[in-house]
Amino acid sequence: MAMQETTKSQAAADRPMIELRNVNKWYGDFHVLKNINIEVRKGERVVVCGPSGSGKSTMIRCINRLEEHQKGQIFVDGIELTGDVKHVEAIRREVGMVFQQFNLFPHLTVLQNLTLAPIWVRKMPKKEAEDLAMQLLARVKIPEQANKYPGQLSGGQQQRVAIARSLCMKPEVMLFDEPTSALDPEMIKEVLDVMISLAQEGMTMICVTHEMGFARTVADSMIFMDQGQVVEVAPPKEFFANPKSDRTKLFLSQILSH
Amino acid sequence: MTDITHGGPAGLLGARRGILEKTREWARTNLFNSIFNSLLTLAIAYALVRLAIPLFDWAILDATFSAPNDSACKARGGACWAFIADWGKFLLFGRFPEYARWRAALVIAIFVALMLASSRARLSGKALMGMWAAGVAASVALMYGGFLGMEYVETELWNGVPLNLLLTVGGCGLAFPVAIFAALGRRSRLPAIRWLSIAYIELIRGVPLITVLFMATVMVPLFLPTGMTIAKLWRAEVAFTLFFGAYLAEAIRGGLQVIPRGQYEAADALGLGYWRKTWLVILPQALTISIPSLVNTSISALKDTVLITIVGIFDVLGDINNAMNAPEWRSAYWEGYSFVAVIFFAICFYMSRYSQRLERSLSRALPGPRR
Amino acid sequence: MTGDTRRSIHAAAIQPSWWREERFRSWAFQVGAIAATAIVIGSFWHNALVNMERQGIATGFGFLSREAGFEISLALIPYSPADTYGRALLIGLLNTLLVSAIGCVLTTIFGVLLGIARLSSNWLLRKVTLWYVEIFRNTPLLLQLVVWWDLLRYGAPGPRQALQVLPNVFASNRGVTFPVPNWHEADLWVASALIVGILATIWAARWAKHRQERTGRQFHTIWVGLGLIFLLPLVVFLATGASLDLDKPALAGFNFKGGATISPEFAALLFGLVANTSAFVAEIVRSGIQAVSWGQTEAASALGLRRGQTLRLVVLPQAIRVIIPPMTSEYLSLTKNSSLAVGIGFADFVSVANTEMNQTGQAIEVIAILMAVYLTISLLISAAMNVYNRYMALVER
Repeated sequence: MAMQETTKSQAAADRPMIELRNVNKWYGDFHVLKNINIEVRKGERVVVCGPSGSGKSTMIRCINRLEEHQKGQIFVDGIELTGDVKHVEAIRREVGMVFQQFNLFPHLTVLQNLTLAPIWVRKMPKKEAEDLAMQLLARVKIPEQANKYPGQLSGGQQQRVAIARSLCMKPEVMLFDEPTSALDPEMIKEVLDVMISLAQEGMTMICVTHEMGFARTVADSMIFMDQGQVVEVAPPKEFFANPKSDRTKLFLSQILSH
Repeated sequence: MTDITHGGPAGLLGARRGILEKTREWARTNLFNSIFNSLLTLAIAYALVRLAIPLFDWAILDATFSAPNDSACKARGGACWAFIADWGKFLLFGRFPEYARWRAALVIAIFVALMLASSRARLSGKALMGMWAAGVAASVALMYGGFLGMEYVETELWNGVPLNLLLTVGGCGLAFPVAIFAALGRRSRLPAIRWLSIAYIELIRGVPLITVLFMATVMVPLFLPTGMTIAKLWRAEVAFTLFFGAYLAEAIRGGLQVIPRGQYEAADALGLGYWRKTWLVILPQALTISIPSLVNTSISALKDTVLITIVGIFDVLGDINNAMNAPEWRSAYWEGYSFVAVIFFAICFYMSRYSQRLERSLSRALPGPRR
Repeated sequence: MTGDTRRSIHAAAIQPSWWREERFRSWAFQVGAIAATAIVIGSFWHNALVNMERQGIATGFGFLSREAGFEISLALIPYSPADTYGRALLIGLLNTLLVSAIGCVLTTIFGVLLGIARLSSNWLLRKVTLWYVEIFRNTPLLLQLVVWWDLLRYGAPGPRQALQVLPNVFASNRGVTFPVPNWHEADLWVASALIVGILATIWAARWAKHRQERTGRQFHTIWVGLGLIFLLPLVVFLATGASLDLDKPALAGFNFKGGATISPEFAALLFGLVANTSAFVAEIVRSGIQAVSWGQTEAASALGLRRGQTLRLVVLPQAIRVIIPPMTSEYLSLTKNSSLAVGIGFADFVSVANTEMNQTGQAIEVIAILMAVYLTISLLISAAMNVYNRYMALVER
């Protein structure tokens, strides 16, 4: 039994956490994802960048089935993402997502926002859920806001609550879909700090973002997407210093100029 | 044409001037600010005076407040409030047995208390619903009797104002779950569910209430297995439930449409299944947003319940018609009708003011860009 | 904790099951829903057939060709009690349509005037209309109809003491009696002159608009239009020497002879519906006008437009877009509310159907006809509104 366990966890360690094989997606006639092949290992931090309309948000939204891919395969921790409802639910428990528009539930307090899913999905007792929630609120540095409503918080605070809400589900992977794009400039730093501390603790992350400073600090791998295709994958050092493709060069010149 | 004001400032200068000055100033701006308006003011004032004085004479000065029949009233030429004094209890309670009238009065009191509590006290949604449900249950129990020494009263004798109130609250209450399912079904991605919901909602909304009442009172006995019967009152209640359900569904659908897609996505991303997501995240928000619509629908519902007279069950309007058949009071129709009108006006006006207040406070509280 | 869940996930992941596929699940759910509905409806149907047979009630629509045997007070096309049930229903339907059509027209006029009056700068007018609206909106329509009916039946005097509202128009408790013109051939010319006048007005309006676009000169289309519509037929009327030959009502014995009468029931229904629905329309118009932001009026005045022009060119066109959808549902509401005629004794569609239902006992067929017809009317009105809405929709990015 113990032998089987170790071989299983060995296999798990070798297997990529997230794998996309030849993933294709169409919106009607529009081919939005073209043969995407990506591997993300456990503990790896990946930043996805590219011009708007390149499909980067669509791609990560396919990973937790907020969008459906038509061709190809997606694996999360070895589980294939198909129409099977049980698989989808299992994957959503393991994958946390932070949205550009925060999407906090306005009719619930901050604390209730955090404890909702642990109580109803992970079937945690309420006290345990609340303890966990308070821990995570402290982690994102706003424990005093627990009983306020989202509408009473600033944008940066709301996004940090959103991050804490996803963390309450103890996910294996965190997906960030342009988490700072809707924030006023002075609040971007506080959110990025939280994301950096998450990365330092070893969380597997896929981030769609324009914050190149963050990317340089935290990313293990940069993925550049353009017009639905993965154009270039490289560690940040190489990516910024020696971009191989012309399209990458063009994009970097536009985004780094100001 | 008359001037239109839509939100623009009206002038009233000189806060330090005396009252007389202020009144003259106000009159000049609001009543006589143009030749047309001046003439209009005079014409309306004249018409009001011509109407108000005879009305006052009729209603107060020449009125008879207590008499055995209407000949005394006719002699004085004024209103016959004596009719109300004599028949008031019948108008309110109909043929509900005299010894049990206190129960019917208690039912009215319960509903008045519920309305006041809903509009004044700050209660959570669940507490509110529980309160109303308890109130309705208590009212039905009181009307039926048959326990605790209260005599059993059959539904045929449930008449008057308590009937209207029960039908409205009971009908809307039962219709509420129906409406929620219909509204959710209408927005479903599954075509069969969507079409079933659309069929129900559009069929009911496309036909008059009276046809639904006929359908229920006449057809329900035919649809039930032979030998099984339901009292006519409950058949009518089925009709009201079906009818109000469709309109409440549209009100709820309005609320559902306003919820941003991000809410659905966030709930999905957290792993909440469809029913959990709907119950915990979507419905609380949708219902809160649609409260003013829901209250307006209930006000219409109260007014619609008088149609039950047409299918032979005597609510307060039916009672009036009955009472006026009494030979002593043949000519007292104005008094009877104004009695009923005042009752309805009081309730509906109060509730519609409440709904307007709700709408204002909700639009301030709704999540939106931080101001 | 995480380890446990991960192990169970992997156990589940070993066999993907077809019965948990989302597509399968949605199909299964839908089939289940349809089946459940079918079973319920089917058992109702079965019970109905059994019950109707036991009670000796006939089925089928054959009764429509049986003799009706009852009178109908208002018939737009010839009817007698010897006609069929089907024809009686048709008469009722025509009556419903008549009341609804006239009602909608009058409601629109009255309701729009009320709505504008609600926003008047005259305080007295505002308050009076406010109270009108509140009273008529917060009391039940059936009650209002009954009051109107009693007013016209008992409040009005008998024919001998009938009020003469206008020359040759009498109001009594038998209804409103008015003279009806007798049709002569020459009247055809007058009618054509009216049509010509209307067409000419339309043509003149378009010509004036083009001329304004080209040269900037404005044209008083409204006066010319009124002249064409009223004066032209009048001129033709006098020229052809036609006389206004009216069938005047004259008191003969206890009642009027000649002319035409609208029964108190019809008048009560019409006035009641119009008075009630206008209150709702007034609020729709008021909020539509108020929905146009104040900035629009400010911008228009800043450009130098006068009050009337601002209203006509800037405020009303925008207000109309907001007003039309709820207005059409008021038309629908009025048409459906005309069914309350059954409560005041007017022979509309529902009344006639009710009579037939009581006489033949074939409730299901009659109610099915009732609902089908009203549903058709509603769908037609809604479809018309959708077309108009799309036509009027603001072009947006």
